[in-house]
Amino acid sequence: MLLEVKNLSTEFKLKRGIVKAVDNISFTIDKGEILAIVGESGSGKSVTSLSIMGLLQKPGRIANGEILFKSQDLNKMSKKELKKIRGNNISMIFQEPMTSLNPVWRIKDQIMESIMTHMQISKKEALARTIEMLDTVGIPSAAQRANDFPHQMSGGMRQRVMTAMALACEPELLIADEPTTALDVTIQAQILELLYRMREKFNMAVLLITHDLGVVSEAADRVIVMYCGKIVEEADVRSLFERPLHPYTVGLLQSIPQIDDDSDERLYMIKGMVPNPLNMPSGCAFSDRCDHSMERCTKEIPELKEMSGRKVRCFLYESESITCGGIGATSASVGAMEGGLAIK
Amino acid sequence: MLKYIIKRILMLIPVLIGVSIIVFLIMRVFSPDPAPIVLGQHATQQTVEAWRQANGLNDPIYLQYFHYLKGALTGDLGTSYYTKTSVTKEIFTRFPATIELALVAIVLASLFGIIIGVISAVKKNSIFDNAGMLLALVGVSMPIFWLGILLIILFSGVLHWLPSNGRIDPLLQPIRVTGFYLVDSLVTGNMDSFKDALQHIILPASALAMYSMAIITRMTRSSMLDTLQQDYIRTARAKGIDESRVIVRHALRNGLIPIITVIGLQLGSLLGGAVLTETVFSWPGIGAYTVACILKSDFPVVQGVVLLVATIFVLMNLLVDVIYGFLDPRIKYSKKEV
Repeated sequence: MLLEVKNLSTEFKLKRGIVKAVDNISFTIDKGEILAIVGESGSGKSVTSLSIMGLLQKPGRIANGEILFKSQDLNKMSKKELKKIRGNNISMIFQEPMTSLNPVWRIKDQIMESIMTHMQISKKEALARTIEMLDTVGIPSAAQRANDFPHQMSGGMRQRVMTAMALACEPELLIADEPTTALDVTIQAQILELLYRMREKFNMAVLLITHDLGVVSEAADRVIVMYCGKIVEEADVRSLFERPLHPYTVGLLQSIPQIDDDSDERLYMIKGMVPNPLNMPSGCAFSDRCDHSMERCTKEIPELKEMSGRKVRCFLYESESITCGGIGATSASVGAMEGGLAIK
Repeated sequence: MLKYIIKRILMLIPVLIGVSIIVFLIMRVFSPDPAPIVLGQHATQQTVEAWRQANGLNDPIYLQYFHYLKGALTGDLGTSYYTKTSVTKEIFTRFPATIELALVAIVLASLFGIIIGVISAVKKNSIFDNAGMLLALVGVSMPIFWLGILLIILFSGVLHWLPSNGRIDPLLQPIRVTGFYLVDSLVTGNMDSFKDALQHIILPASALAMYSMAIITRMTRSSMLDTLQQDYIRTARAKGIDESRVIVRHALRNGLIPIITVIGLQLGSLLGGAVLTETVFSWPGIGAYTVACILKSDFPVVQGVVLLVATIFVLMNLLVDVIYGFLDPRIKYSKKEV
């Protein structure tokens, strides 16, 4: 067990009230595993990653829970101890490659800074390693490009630089927060493939934060679906795409457009809006948008229930066993799955 | 880059011609006739007329300007009506005092302004931030002559720590090398002079620095608040480097451009002479002297000083623009790399 998050809750104290961005979530990541956290904006997935890194900005704070990295609680560590782990054992790449690199320093300076912070090596060795890393992530003529400033590179190249920087100290866990969102599709595929290759090469675990199910199907081993700060479903990637359980997951998968769909039907859409985080429904947060909503759903919050290796938070599965289960996979989801696997 | 600098320096020519025309006209149109002031109230009409003739004041105004321009192009800015010494020399003897005061003031202002601004931004809404912003508010609002007088009363009058006026004890005046007493005394190894010059400059420089510091503090704070929100700051933190390094190397370095702009403008205006400060502290600089010359209608001196100040302002702006290029690699002045 590399990372174990136990009952993590992260809050933002605002003037109008407390927003529970992450509400009592637990999950684990094994060595070498790619775990995807999927959810729409505001579902708490990015806050989860920032909580793990200890990079929450005020007024955000971890209200409760443990973040055990190799059995050490990151949340209880001093700033100094945490700094030793950040960028070294756990590193992170961000959504915005265009703005996530410092515009006034050369690429090599930014990568070397990371290396020299965590490794006791000379400047010359750090530079050699920097160029080697740039080469590994697929930047052509790395030795020259190392002297470039970020503005001299394209978005895809910058994300490669970010990846090189994150991998420079051979982390055991890489948190990738929407690493492909700002990139166009061909570059997306390249970056995902890069992550995949790096995972193999360094045997590192990846926590992949995304809202893009295509990305999930391509890259992940296991998936967590988050909605309004809670985990609503957790499964290995094949099970999830073949047979999504939670109505929200089903809705997400159904709303992916299919190129071979000739019918004139409109694309499926989850009705309604994400609830205001300051004014959550009293029962299941998804109840007012759910096609299968029952009276009970608006009153009680369902538990995250474990059944045959996967978990789901829904009353539909309260009494049922998983085997008879699900409200049905769509051909769409299986299609997305297979497309993804082909790229792998 | 060099091409850009040369181009900017050439642009100085039209600026100086424009400035000189305006000053020339203003002095001749709005200032009283210098002749009675120079010769005294009881001078006869004849002597006044003779003096005006000798100083070319009876010529048509365009001819006067033409003569002036001709002289200026050969480096002759005329002679003072009163001291009969050349304007260049007048400026040369007083200007080092102004530069010295301005530089010490701007160093103090930048140092404290940036430090207070950075801490205020990092500890936003803390007691330190509020105190810093209050200090900045006082700094921009307090009249400098009043602050100067308060400083004199406290540090000279009550505590007797520092002298209240002048640049140096006349007995300790160092041999002139550059005209900057702090430099001259160090160069000639005269430590007593250095100490005395330093003691003399502290109060006027502090009073003068206050306003600039307030502006620099506020600019630093807002610039830092902006850069600290940037994505690359989060990236830097994610690397696990020290927070101080994040703030200085990543945030401040990026926030410097507006700060440098303000410092450049402040220094430009300080170099134009700090009339009030120089008056309060009897500092023999160019500012108070120029005001005296304006009141006495000493045309050549005023014109010379204004030309000099305009040049300094233009060069100061150029310097700031050149510094931009070093601070931010995205700014390029040659067409090649755009």
